[in-house]
Amino acid sequence: MVENRPLLNIFTHAVLILGVLAVAFPLYVTFVASTLRLDQIMSVPMPLVPGDQFFENYSQVLTGGSKSGSSAAVSTMLFNSFVMAMAIALGKIAISIIASFAIVYFRFPLRNVFFWMIFVTLMLPVEVRIIPTFKVVSDLGMLNSYVGLTLPLIASATATFLFRQFFLTVPDELAEAARIDGAGPMRFFRDVLLPLSKTSIAALFVIQFIYGWNQYLWPLLITSEESMYTVVIGINRMIVGGDAANEWNLVMATAMLALLPPALVVVLMQRWFVKGLVETEK
Amino acid sequence: MEKRVVFRSAWLPYALLAPQIAVTIVFFFWPAAQAVWFSFQVQDAFGLRTEFVGLRNFAELFADERYLQSFGTTAIFSIAVAFFGLAISLALATMADRVIRGALAYKTLLIWPYAVAPAVAGVLWAFLFAPSIGIVTYVLKRAGIDWNWIINGEQAMLLIIIASVWKQISYNFLFFLAGLQSIPRSLIEAAAIDGAGPLRRFWTIVFPMLSPTTFFLLVVNIVYAFFDTFGVIDATTQGGPAQATQILVYKVYHDGVKAADLGGSSAQSVILMFIVIVLTVAQFRFVERRVQY
Repeated sequence: MVENRPLLNIFTHAVLILGVLAVAFPLYVTFVASTLRLDQIMSVPMPLVPGDQFFENYSQVLTGGSKSGSSAAVSTMLFNSFVMAMAIALGKIAISIIASFAIVYFRFPLRNVFFWMIFVTLMLPVEVRIIPTFKVVSDLGMLNSYVGLTLPLIASATATFLFRQFFLTVPDELAEAARIDGAGPMRFFRDVLLPLSKTSIAALFVIQFIYGWNQYLWPLLITSEESMYTVVIGINRMIVGGDAANEWNLVMATAMLALLPPALVVVLMQRWFVKGLVETEK
Repeated sequence: MEKRVVFRSAWLPYALLAPQIAVTIVFFFWPAAQAVWFSFQVQDAFGLRTEFVGLRNFAELFADERYLQSFGTTAIFSIAVAFFGLAISLALATMADRVIRGALAYKTLLIWPYAVAPAVAGVLWAFLFAPSIGIVTYVLKRAGIDWNWIINGEQAMLLIIIASVWKQISYNFLFFLAGLQSIPRSLIEAAAIDGAGPLRRFWTIVFPMLSPTTFFLLVVNIVYAFFDTFGVIDATTQGGPAQATQILVYKVYHDGVKAADLGGSSAQSVILMFIVIVLTVAQFRFVERRVQY
């Protein structure tokens, strides 16, 4: 603190508290709505204190979905989302770390070509190449499968860059010592590089888990069977029409279930999250 | 930067790169090439015959008023999202940089929306602003504002801007906070000793020194508004009413998936790819410049 200005301090806290409340308001209303009966939500204005339907609503969506919209069980969707998020996060880390190991620690023909091939994928988000990618996946017979959900999203230039940057900061002496001791490249990778990369892996995991969990367009395109819906898609399928047609209490309970796991990951692994966010953007 | 010490193997590096390169070719290069290829073709309604038409798809797009309108919509939307997203999070970050007590609590309470999927963010805000039952709609009505984004295009635009900004604030906030914390305290103290008040210090020292962060975030936010907001729009307005919220990426999806116009949608994809490449190059040139700071 440069100087003491009591008024400014009060103002600072006031702005921050206002910001926190404004950010939290939609979440609070969602939670309240998820504990009410449908007719309570429909009576304008809806109450702003939680009701007593918490267990009824949540057990209803977890086991049977909604009545007016999709009736797929949200527990299945949560499982699908979890599989998708884990497969994308771990898959990205696995294929990127070995690819950057090859690029940093070997000299071989076409090295730069490969590097640029990975680099340009940075520029092409799924949203841009929706239809051709869909065609490729459908030609490969991967619709409505976990492989189809995850594999196309697994190639990641950002993860490869992150590991490349990190490997470049690892002292050369380590590789030298390993070579003198007679360790081969894979031995060096497993016993020296991998343990050193732990924090980078953790940081990347948090970011990619959230990325995988929150995917929307891709699962929307390639899952037509209810048993393969992810929870984010499930919400979309529960909303069938205008205000009155939806069972908002159940939609909101599902929304809470959809946002809680990634939000917990962010809050509980905050240190890795911030590190991952800042470093993947370098 | 290159490693001095390297390993030697004729096959190992290729084997290590194989999974990454295989996925990249199958799911990036092959579809991208197909998008370019399709963009030069016209398909009949049943997908039985395709005809090579050169640049006709592109010519038709730029003659199509609705496509040009979508450019305008995207511009308004992304500028609004970037401006409000940056302004609000800069204000919050500047405040959070000042506080000593409760700093971690504020930070934790401000970063969680990053974890919310865009589609879910859309649903939350659509519920608050729902024309007949929304709690915010109720308050607005009491204040004499008739709110119905289902039929009013401007209000629909406002809704997706609010939802998109809300989701992006946490990201901007973290980067601004990191930027603020890297400004040397001695500079600010020196200005304070010379008698500059907090507001003056902010505009003459803090804000200019943050400009690399601001520029970086500007590009990231524009890219975010261009692509990642697809979920927000699909979960709320679906491009409507009357295309008032149909941004470019939503139109690619709408024309390709719902209207099954393969050629037109692919041509739009190619144009979008071009825009992304320009944005990415702008970002990288900037990153290179930042290194020399």
